[in-house]
Amino acid sequence: MSQIKISNLQKSFGDFTAVKNSNLTINDKEFFVLLGPSGCGKTTTLRMIAGLELPTSGEIYLGEEEVGMLRASERDIAFVFQLFALYPHMNVKNNLSFPLKMQGYSRSEIKTRVEEAAKLLRIDHILNSSISSLSGGDRQRVALGRALVRRPKAFLMDEPLGTLDAEFRELMCLELKKLHIDIGATTVYVTHDQLEAMSLADRIAVMDGGEILQADEPAVIYNKPATKFVASFIGSPGMNFINIDQGISNEQSTLNIEGTNFNIPKQYEISKSKKNSFGIRPENLSLTNEGGLKGSVFGVEYLGSRKIVTVKTNFGEIKVKTNISTSVKINENVQIKPSNNNIIIFDGETNRSLKSEFMN
Amino acid sequence: MDTSRSYLEPSSFSKKLAATIIIVYTVITLIPISWMVMTSFKNVNSAISYPPEVFFEPSLEGYVNLFTNRSRQSQEYLDSLPPPENWYEELVRSREMVITGPSKFLGRYSNSMIIGFGSTFASVFLGALAAYAFSRFRVPLKDDLLFFILSTRMFPPIAVAVPIFIMYRKLGLGDTHLGMIILYTVVNLSLAVWLLKGFMDEIPKEYEEAAMIDGYSRLQAFFKVVLPQAMTGIAATAIFCMIFSWNEYAFAVLLTQFNAQTAPPFIPTIIGEGGLDWPAIGAGTTLFLLPVMIFTIILRKHLLRGITFGAVRK
Repeated sequence: MSQIKISNLQKSFGDFTAVKNSNLTINDKEFFVLLGPSGCGKTTTLRMIAGLELPTSGEIYLGEEEVGMLRASERDIAFVFQLFALYPHMNVKNNLSFPLKMQGYSRSEIKTRVEEAAKLLRIDHILNSSISSLSGGDRQRVALGRALVRRPKAFLMDEPLGTLDAEFRELMCLELKKLHIDIGATTVYVTHDQLEAMSLADRIAVMDGGEILQADEPAVIYNKPATKFVASFIGSPGMNFINIDQGISNEQSTLNIEGTNFNIPKQYEISKSKKNSFGIRPENLSLTNEGGLKGSVFGVEYLGSRKIVTVKTNFGEIKVKTNISTSVKINENVQIKPSNNNIIIFDGETNRSLKSEFMN
Repeated sequence: MDTSRSYLEPSSFSKKLAATIIIVYTVITLIPISWMVMTSFKNVNSAISYPPEVFFEPSLEGYVNLFTNRSRQSQEYLDSLPPPENWYEELVRSREMVITGPSKFLGRYSNSMIIGFGSTFASVFLGALAAYAFSRFRVPLKDDLLFFILSTRMFPPIAVAVPIFIMYRKLGLGDTHLGMIILYTVVNLSLAVWLLKGFMDEIPKEYEEAAMIDGYSRLQAFFKVVLPQAMTGIAATAIFCMIFSWNEYAFAVLLTQFNAQTAPPFIPTIIGEGGLDWPAIGAGTTLFLLPVMIFTIILRKHLLRGITFGAVRK
């Protein structure tokens, strides 16, 4: 197992730059998730680590070795494809032993390793089945097994749960996490599903437009997003933004919106722009009778344990996560105010969050 | 009205009608072939008798004549010979002839085999490599190249017979197996590339990527993972190539005479005493039909079996 480090990595396809000047360090034995919307460059980054794409510029280190220009077959990494890519003309056992055959292991060694992996993944009863007879979950396990048998330096997974149905996905998510704990392998996992990312990752890197916007632990990504995109992409629903037509000065701790003063965490940075946004998550807002932002109820979503109330204000629609007991009617006039100081000001020019008491 | 069956399912009447049409069509197409096979088992007289005989006493004379050269001898000479050693010698003697040696048929037939299978293998192999490259790599001027390859079939091959004849004479390729294999490969290659490219495009590139991650080079991945999955396409392409090169007549007449002559130009020249030896020609064409038939039957299971079914979720 090894650390993976990419530095100044860049990939262009003609005029289009898929990955821009990326730097990342993935620690040994870490479960690292690359998260982002489709087309953000996360799969391209993964494929460059695998050796399936060659970088336009930059370096990739696997352990101590620089592997950026090596062929996939020379890197000793394993890759789990979204569509599994199990060889359909071979049965399960042959699929599992295929990577070992190339490395010149003896017949008995191959047998032991295949059986070991099969046992770990609980697919030992289907070793002689053909691939086409397997269920989605079993195919997933075989694909993992094929990655596992070789004991590679790192596992790379490209949306491996993307094609499974919801029920299987949850189950496989748990199994993946358990497997990672059991074998402690460095894993890079690509997904566009934030729930998957949150539940699996030791650390998450959020990507958009070919750039890595933030790489940190799930809780940090959620609570202290580095950019406006991260704030809106993570969370369901995402963060609310209120546009404010005023600059932010150092030490500022109140903000006047529509004549009402709101307390904000003490700011440690001066905004570059005069048009910034005030960001707050739906669960940090509450409905009140006075002293808040005025609006009318636009919609109520019932989520079982919580309710999401969408309020139409002069600043657009704002979502508030409320208790189940809160009862409001459509078009009812309400006011909303922050219930704590988990408030982030995003600079209008750079879209980055400003430093503050909260954003330390 | 019968409401128990789905409207999507054909009625039993239309099923029967379809079966009848297929049977009638099969019988019609089989008549010439069965006539050919029957002729091969007739003797010279019953083969040309009028009205044609449908029921006749079968004879292997056609096959014996196909494989031997014979000469007519006087009765005294035949009587002076030791008794015939086997059944075909006896058959020939009963026609007042002796066997003077084997005919050229076996040689022509094996020429057909060598050239037919050789060019089929070459076309499919080269076609598969080219199709894979066109399917996977960013080849400069890809579309133009593919069009160029296709354009080699936009005229009948025989239209270039004269230049090819001259080139082959200069190059010393005339009347050689290699020359004929090259020629048939060239003619078949465009078909092979186009057919196989379609099949290669269907194979997700993740398979060879998986194999490359598993430690195999691209070429190894091609042979171990891509080719087995392209079997359906390879079988179909091989059958088409085989049928063309097996049946090709015009170039075979033009370019081969002795050494590399194939069966098609040879069979019609089988002439017996007093005209064409129809049973021998029938025997020759019947035997000529067999290899392509067997080849197709062997490959048929690959044509029908969708081996990639269910392996990748789309």
